[in-house]
Amino acid sequence: MKKINKNSLNGFVNYGIIIAAFIVLQILIGKGVLSNSLQSLLVPACCYIVMAVSLNLTVGILGELSLGHGGFMSLGAFSGIVASILLQDLIPMAPVRLAVSMVVGALAGALGGVIVGVPVLRLQGDYLAIVTLAFGQIIKNIIMVLYVGVDETGIHVAASSDRFVLAPGGTAIIKGPMGAVGVAKLASFTAGAILILITLLVVQNLVNSRSGRAIMALRDNRIAAESVGINVTKYKLMAFVTSAALAGAAGALFGLNYSSTVASKFDFNTSILVLVFVVLGGLGSIRGSIIAAALLYVLPELLRKFDIAEYRMLIYAIVLILVMLATNNDQLKSMLGRIIPKRKGAVSNG
Amino acid sequence: MSFLNNAITGISLGSIYAIIALGYTMVYGIAKMLNFAHGDVIMVGAYVCFLAMGNAGLPSVVGVLLAVAVCTVLGIVIERLAYKPLRAAPSLAVLITAIGVSYLLQNSAQILWGAATKTFRPIVEGSLVLVPGQLSISYVAILSVVCCIVVMVALSVFTGQTKMGKAMRACSEDKAAAQLMGIDVDATISMTFAIGSALAAIAGVLMCSAYPVLSPTTGSLPGIRAFTAAVFGGIGSVPGALLGGILLGVIETFAKAYISTDLSDAVVFAVLIIVLLVRPAGLLGKYVPEKV
Repeated sequence: MKKINKNSLNGFVNYGIIIAAFIVLQILIGKGVLSNSLQSLLVPACCYIVMAVSLNLTVGILGELSLGHGGFMSLGAFSGIVASILLQDLIPMAPVRLAVSMVVGALAGALGGVIVGVPVLRLQGDYLAIVTLAFGQIIKNIIMVLYVGVDETGIHVAASSDRFVLAPGGTAIIKGPMGAVGVAKLASFTAGAILILITLLVVQNLVNSRSGRAIMALRDNRIAAESVGINVTKYKLMAFVTSAALAGAAGALFGLNYSSTVASKFDFNTSILVLVFVVLGGLGSIRGSIIAAALLYVLPELLRKFDIAEYRMLIYAIVLILVMLATNNDQLKSMLGRIIPKRKGAVSNG
Repeated sequence: MSFLNNAITGISLGSIYAIIALGYTMVYGIAKMLNFAHGDVIMVGAYVCFLAMGNAGLPSVVGVLLAVAVCTVLGIVIERLAYKPLRAAPSLAVLITAIGVSYLLQNSAQILWGAATKTFRPIVEGSLVLVPGQLSISYVAILSVVCCIVVMVALSVFTGQTKMGKAMRACSEDKAAAQLMGIDVDATISMTFAIGSALAAIAGVLMCSAYPVLSPTTGSLPGIRAFTAAVFGGIGSVPGALLGGILLGVIETFAKAYISTDLSDAVVFAVLIIVLLVRPAGLLGKYVPEKV
């Protein structure tokens, strides 16, 4: 029998975790154990898991800091919403329409990734980070003034409310600062779980492929990688655009989970939130991203119920600082190292 | 006339950005870290001044001095508790910690002083009328520009002439070598944070005097813009921070006046991207070729 290599085994475990979690949650929903407020967290949690895994591709695998991942999510969300409303009559079946909208979202994200990536991946380190941050702000700003609507004569796009005139009977889809309104909620937990599986499939296969090894070689030593003939721009762009496309798909699912969405939902803080998931989960570790995103998204929401609601974000901040201090403390590390034997193949931060 | 008015507004806003950007650029130059909590130190400074002037009824000069003192201590404490243990850690870990500190400051402010926005009373009121009804410069704007110039001159003298300033430059060039020469690197880094935070307090008071709304998130957006200004001028470069700050303020004001109020941020950031594409290390930044 063919020997299964360790990386793909690791990948199968990840699929297993998602499928098992999905089945358990479905049973819990069926038995009525999960409250409505908890159920409402499932789809966004799926979106954030996809966001974290895809950002891990940029930050952990490619080794470039991106602070604008929320921008790609935003692109995906609004293009997905527009697609779902335009296709309302053409595709009456909701799941198919959701799938098509998510593909449109992914394409929009990928397009954004190419537009940002081609010029910007020449920059390095903190400069790249600041440009991705700038990109996220630009996207948010543009969508805040964008008006999109549809009537019998076709699609209307305008940059201000006075120029935005629809024939009677037309529907406004995006209304500037008010965002997208009247969105049919197509998203479902099943779709979220499938999106996570697709994301894992894409990312894990990319990482374990020839291209993935080239991308990691670039991360570890760009100059050495270049000198053995690895095309820097091509592989950087490959990782960056894949990451952006997945974020776009997650955005589309996120947007179609609410009846209205505003652009400020995908601001700098969203990008940072996802980055926190990735770093706390462990750079380069896909499973770490999944677990960190799921826990850290649900925990603060659970804290809402208690009396400490006011101190919720304060506790979050303190935990964040303490975790960073603890994980980078040499004494603690050596102590842990004695208790737990060192994991092989763990990706070191660097 | 409206052009002149806009130019004046732009330059005074730019001066405030420049003072904030100095804090970013100095910390980056010496500690090689993006201090995302810097924007929130601005907010703390503004609150301290607001409370001193409003609740305690102290004169504005005392309020400003108090704000500077509190922020200086705050800067040193943050550095000691949160950043110093991470000196050897990967830069991303430091970045996340800085974000944590930023959340911590914002939420502490919200719990201490409430989420409602407060109206900040300007430290100086009135304006200098040049052409009645058409052209006037508020005293706050004049004060901002003067402060910016004084800070710039003081900083250049400090880094160029004094022993501490020279130690700072040595540390930003090569920490290990500086330590071998007998420079106390930890003390120098603390000093840098202290100066940066003191500047943030001044900037906070000036900003809230010019745009008198105060809330726990007041500092975050100007923080990001000033950070952009620092990168724009070339992060790590003191004259770059001044140039970047003023340019950013002017571009933002003109974009608001002539393009669109809502799109001013997009214009500012688009200009940043274009500048970085042409000059990858910012306007006055040194491009250091990689040695193999």
